[in-house]
Order: sequence, then C-alpha cells, then structure tokens
Amino acid sequence: MAIQLNINGTSHNVDLPDDVPLLWVLRDEIGLTGTKFGCGVAACGACTVHIDGEAVRSCQVALADVWGDVTTIEGIGTPDNMATIQQAWVDHQVAQCGYCQSGQIMNAAALLSEIPRPTDQDIDDAMQGNLCRCGTYPRIKAAIKDAATRITDEV
Amino acid sequence: MGRVRTIARRTFLIGSAAIVGGVAFGVYQINKDAPNPLVAGDGEATLNPFVLINSDGVTLIAPRAEMGQGVHTTLAALVAEELDVAWEDITVLHGPPAQAYFNAVFIGMAIPGAHYQDTPFKHELREQVGKVGKLLDLQATGGSTSMKDFYERMRHAGASAREALKLAAADRLGIDASVLTTKDSAVIAPDGTMIAYSELAQAVRDITPPDVALRDKSTWKYLGKAMPRVDMVAKSTGTADYGTDIKLDGMKFATVRMSPTRNGMISYDDSFAKDMDGVEAIIDMGDGIAVVANNTWLAIQAAEAVEIAWAPATYPADTVGLRAAIAASLDTKPNSVIRDDGDVNSAVEDTEVNAEYYVPWLAHTTMEPMSATAHFTGDALEIWCGNQAPTATRDACAEAVGLDPAQVTLYTTLLGGGFGRRGETDFSTQAARIAAAVPGTPIRMTWSREEDIRRDYFRPAAIAQFRGVVQNGKAVLLDGKVAAPSVLHNLSIRQNGSPPPGPDRLHVEGAADQPYAIPNFRIAGHLTDISVPIGFWRSVGASVNGFMLDTFIDEMAHAAGADPLQFRLDMARAEHAPSAGVIEAVGEMSDWTGETPDNIGRGITFTYSFGTPVAEVVEVEDTGRGIKINKCWIAADLGTVLDPSIVEAQMTSGAIYGFSAAMQEEITFFDGMPEQSNFYDYDAMRMHTVPEFEVRLLENNPFMGGAGEPSTPPSMPALGNALFDLTGTRARELPLIKTFDLVL
Repeated sequence: MAIQLNINGTSHNVDLPDDVPLLWVLRDEIGLTGTKFGCGVAACGACTVHIDGEAVRSCQVALADVWGDVTTIEGIGTPDNMATIQQAWVDHQVAQCGYCQSGQIMNAAALLSEIPRPTDQDIDDAMQGNLCRCGTYPRIKAAIKDAATRITDEV
Repeated sequence: MGRVRTIARRTFLIGSAAIVGGVAFGVYQINKDAPNPLVAGDGEATLNPFVLINSDGVTLIAPRAEMGQGVHTTLAALVAEELDVAWEDITVLHGPPAQAYFNAVFIGMAIPGAHYQDTPFKHELREQVGKVGKLLDLQATGGSTSMKDFYERMRHAGASAREALKLAAADRLGIDASVLTTKDSAVIAPDGTMIAYSELAQAVRDITPPDVALRDKSTWKYLGKAMPRVDMVAKSTGTADYGTDIKLDGMKFATVRMSPTRNGMISYDDSFAKDMDGVEAIIDMGDGIAVVANNTWLAIQAAEAVEIAWAPATYPADTVGLRAAIAASLDTKPNSVIRDDGDVNSAVEDTEVNAEYYVPWLAHTTMEPMSATAHFTGDALEIWCGNQAPTATRDACAEAVGLDPAQVTLYTTLLGGGFGRRGETDFSTQAARIAAAVPGTPIRMTWSREEDIRRDYFRPAAIAQFRGVVQNGKAVLLDGKVAAPSVLHNLSIRQNGSPPPGPDRLHVEGAADQPYAIPNFRIAGHLTDISVPIGFWRSVGASVNGFMLDTFIDEMAHAAGADPLQFRLDMARAEHAPSAGVIEAVGEMSDWTGETPDNIGRGITFTYSFGTPVAEVVEVEDTGRGIKINKCWIAADLGTVLDPSIVEAQMTSGAIYGFSAAMQEEITFFDGMPEQSNFYDYDAMRMHTVPEFEVRLLENNPFMGGAGEPSTPPSMPALGNALFDLTGTRARELPLIKTFDLVL
C-alpha cells in the first residue's frame, strides 16, 4: 500500500516495502539525489535530512516510520536562492569533493535553529557525527559561525 | 592508470638511456597536434580542445578529475586569464576522454635522479619525455601533476583563442586586429564598439588560431588570486552530480558483492535472494554476483542474502602472515638502491641509532562509495562515473562488454573523493557488464560501504630498518632498507600479467629522494611478492616512507642531542635551498624554541614529495582525558601558487588525511579477508579532533610543485614526533592509537 510523504512541501505517494530507508526513497524513488549515501549505518552523516525540523540520518528511518514533514538539501535553498547557511558555505569556499556537504549543511542548519549562537564546543558536539574525508572541518566551523551571525542579525 | 605494460616498456627505454620522446618516437608523432575531440555544432566554434564558443557564451574544458582538489577552477582560470572571460560567465566541463588531454608529466617522472636536484636541462628533459604520454593516450589525474602539466598548455589555449576572436572581429569591423583589445568575453574596438565572443562563434570557425606569447605574471587578474570555485554553489545546494546521482528514464538500481578474498567464488546460491522484494535480476559476475532491483537498498539487501562460498586467498591469510612476508623480503636482493652517497659500510664510529618501523595496510574510504551509471544498447554503451583515468576507463569498459572504444561514450562526473582509488577501472567495468546483462535498461550501480572497504586497492603495509650514526650533533651516516609490496608491480601484474622492469622509484619515494646532505646515505628498496591488491593512496610511497624516514631522522636528532628543527635544517641547507626555506618558515610561524610546557609536546617534520618541500610543526596536549592535537603549522614551497585559497585547502586536507591514518586507521586481514567494514571500525578525523591550522605558501622553488599530496607524508611523523616530545615514548608503528591514549 502506498505511503504518503510530505517532502519539501510536496506530497508524494510512495509504493515501496515499509522497511526501505527514507534515504533510498528520496534518492531512487523521488529523485532527490542531493541527499547522499555514505555508510548505511548512521556513522557518517552524509544522508542527514530534517523531519519536522529535526536532523535525522535518513539511512536509519524506515519509510513506514517517517513521522513528519521531510526537508532535504533541495528544500532549504536553490542555486538562485540559497539559504543563508548555504551562502555562508559558498562565501567560505567550504566544499572540496562536496559529497558530504549536503549532510553537513543540513546538520548545521538544525544546530543553528536549536542554538542560534553556538560555541566551538557546541559545534564540535553537534557536528562530530558528520564525516568529511577531504577534511573541510576548519572551513565548516568558520561558515557555521558566520551563518550564525548573519541569521541572528537578520532577526 | 591502465596501459601499464605500455608505460613500463617506455619507462624501460627511459631507464636505459636518456631518450628524448621526440627522438624515440619520431618528432612528427610527438609534436603534431592531437585531434580536437570537441565537435562544433551549428554556430559553434571549438578553437582548440579546451575552448568551445557558441551563442550561450564560452565553455572551457578542464579534462582532469574534480575530486575536491579544485582542479576545474584553476584549470579554467589558466584559460580565462588569457582569454579575458568574465569569471561569472564561465562554464566548465570535464569533457570526453581524448588523446588531446594526455598527461604530459607522468612519464617524465620516471627519469632517474631525485627531483629536487633537477637542473633546467633535466627539467626540460622531463617535459620532453612526458610528451610520450600523448602517444599512449594517457589521460589521468594523479601524482599532483595537473598544474605543472597544464600551466603553459591551457594558457596558450586561451591566448590563441583570444587572438583568433580578435581576427574574426577585425574582419567584421574592417579594421586591423592589432588595434583591438579584449575584456569580459568581448572584443573591444578603439571607438568602444563591443562584440561579444558569442556573436563571433560562427565567424571564428574558419580562422586558424595564431600562436602568441603568454602574458607576464605581473598582469595576472585571476591566477595567483583566490577565485570562487566553479563547483561551489552546486556542492552547497545538493545539485552537483556524482556517478551515483545520474537519473535516466526507466533506470534500475544495482549493486555488487565480489570476492573479499580477491580470488573468485566456488559457488553461490541465490534461491532465497532472487525472490526478495524489488529484485529483478541476479547476475553471475564470475568472481561475485550483482543484483539489479527497483531500489538500491533492496539490491544491497538481496546481495547480502546470496549465499556465496569464496575461494581462499592466494596471499597469506592474516595480518601476521602478511607482515612476516614483508619482513622476509628485507633479506632479498634489493629492487632499487637509488640513493647511495658516500659509503655506508665505512667505519664511521660514534653514537649509533638503530630502529625498525611498521606501517599498516590502509583503505581510501572516499565519501562516495564506488559507483557508476551505465546504459547498454547492443552496439553502444554510455557510462557515467567519477574516474581519474578516462581513456583507460573507456577502453576497459569497451573490452568488458565486447565493443570498440569508439562505441563507448564516457561522461566523467564529479568524484565524491578520489585519493587515488578512482584511477582503477573495476567499478566502471562492473557497471558496464551489469548494463550489458540487461540491455536497453539503464542501471545505476552503487557499492555498499562494506563492499567499498573489502574491495579496495589498499595502501600497502611496509617495514623499514634504519641504522644511523651521529657525530658532533650531525648525521654522518644513514643506511636504510624499505620493504613493501610494490604498487606499480601489483597494478602491472593485475592488468598485464607481468611486472615492469627496472627500479621502482615510487616504492622508495619519500626516503631515497629526500634533500638531505648526509655524507654516507643509502636507501635500498626491497619488494615483497604478495598478491594483495594494492593501489595509489594519496602520496603513494611517500605516505609510507615519509613517516618511517622522518621518524628516524627525529630519533637521530634526539640521539645527537640536537634541536630537531636545526638538525633537519643543517642537512637541507647544504642540499636544497627551498627545502631549508620551508623548515625555517615553519619554525618562525610556530615560534619554535624546542621548549614546551609539561602538558604540551611539539614535533617538527619535513618531506619533499611531488616537487613540493613541506615542513610541518604539530602541537599536542595531554588534556587529562586523552591527548589531542591543538595546532598544526604548515610551510610549503610550490614555486608558483596559482590559487592560494585552493592550495591552502589542499595543505590542510592532506594533513587531515594523514593525521586520520596516523591516529587510528588500519586494515587487518583474517581468513584472507579485510576485517574492517565501515566507519565504525575504520574511522577518520572528525570536527572535534581537528586542530587549528596555519599555512604559509612560499614561492622560491624554481619549478612548480604539486598541491594535492605533499602535505600528507609529513603529517604522520609530525604527530609521532610531537607525541614523543610530550611523553618520551617513541612509536615505531602506526596507527598511534596502539601506543597513545588519543582523543578520538
């Protein structure tokens, strides 16, 4: 039986087995490939999306268990209309290979909505589940702090 | 990285006599232009293999793998600098596999002699011999070669295209081209009339681009500056496409499960798996199976559910046995003695130091597991994948499905990490074979992380034995033996059945080629003949030898009672001024005094690799809850820095990659299989463990050095040396977590 999901403000009927992880529904069924597969065991954070605003590892959420509205990297901004945090990523020239960055940005966005002015320790605590093999961490940290300043100034 | 048999044959010629490419292969063959692979449509012009102009504007071809190192941005800047294209108007594509995009540096690297000792004549010789890469269609990204390779070629492409556009505009305006200038993708006449390049696309088709002199460095607008990366917006918005992101109509999803013993399978039983949800086909791949399903996750579940009996490995089945094989090769005849200064058997008597080191097997673990998308239609194959070797990938895929290379269209996507792993063609040929098994149906193949680790081409383990003598605070003798399986031999045997002749320089790079004046200095390379599949891992031989040699240098400095910075500086100053320069610079940056508080340790290190001398200082702190790295200072001399922001990012990236390995990474074997399978047992540095960085880029090197790899080798000994300074304990084995309580 098809399951209804609300993804980036659009409703989708998904006809896949209940236990297929949200990650693979997004990527293979909906065609939202901005969310990446890195490990399948919640050890790298590349698949991070928001459910009702909370950062979750979409590789660990079964289709039948999706409890709210899903937001992916494509849902927070577009190349022509980037979210503030995405603009900070561009301004700090964060990405190298870029494969982990969707997950980094989604995790950082959730951090900033919870803690608008995070300390270094807050950033370390919140972001340590997101792996980056290119080692872009110093610029990620700078971009998060910069985005925090911009977002709180905007309010 | 394919075609090794051919390369090896050429290498042998180079090894036996200094044959310039033009002489050995015919001046005409080597100098004639490779065909332009770009096909101009109506109203389009391709002035050379790097520039396409049409009504939409200017598209630049950057024919090297963008795996994070920023190569597309700086290659585009090389062309744009001369072509006068507005930066925001630039479109950059990787382009097709083609001879025109050959790597002109790789083969020149095989010329004997330590690179730092190059004279202008030797440098020219390397460049001439490098042109042999054209005859081999050797298009490959690796060895930190891209900038030195394209520094002149792509600026010439931009300059000649610019002049051709001026000629076309001069025709239209009826005035002499010499009075025209160019700016922001337009030709400008003395009266201010502007003609956009896009308007000249049709007219410029018939003009032969002239050769012109390159602009002086002092006039550069883009080069030498931090340019906004051309891939940054896409990578920050989830719109960048990797091999695993391609969407085609009617596409199915696939995965593979191949032999973790690397020796095929005896039998398999898919009777349960073939009826699992979503499964459409299970394919016998010979040395494993592939599953095609309507969802990647369902394919992975089914692949794991197939019962498979693997054939036993042909190499020693566990880590201890493998290590014993490497140790045994120390007693065999050396494959190379590239460094043999003075006489290490002379009776130099004074304080003697002896040490043996071990570094483990490593995996690459790119963030994007191996992936490729393919569509086979009987007489044609289209394939999309991130790869570091387009021509070899195209040819291998063609062979895998029984087509001619001309029937294969390869689209090189962005790479979700490379580090050397995506120079292999195993994953792309698998996708091609799966597509051929379901003709007419496009498939997107993605490996599980477990498959990605099990089926890596590993960085080999290695052992070194060193004997050193210090006298009056100086090194007077260093006699070293390095033993490890050879990456070059392994690759050559896998692809062609036989090893290349001659000394393997990669095997001893980072040791035999270091710019140190030690009166009696010998490094012998011993090859271990075992069949564990191994490959190029960021900085290759230097990733092994950098740690082992520099740690020993540190031990010698300590035995000599010398300051470890001054000890290295004295040896480098007599041999290579730019190397001495980076050691001095890092000392200045870090306020090096040789003294630290009780809970702080500092280590200095130096490695010359890929044409770039790099010195690093690492500071560690005992926090009471484990030891963490506080700060890392890096000084590097690339001669010419084309983009300081990108190079700075590569320096920190390379160091973090090295720290990750040095701290905790190790592949171990049991029953002929790797024991690690995912990031929970093969982890890397994360946000909370990364130190602060300070990077200084010098430009005193007479030749251009590489950027992607040279900061990796020194990072590992820097950390070990700092830990010694803190604790008094010398770790002679990696990973360091076996010896120290590190914060992970």
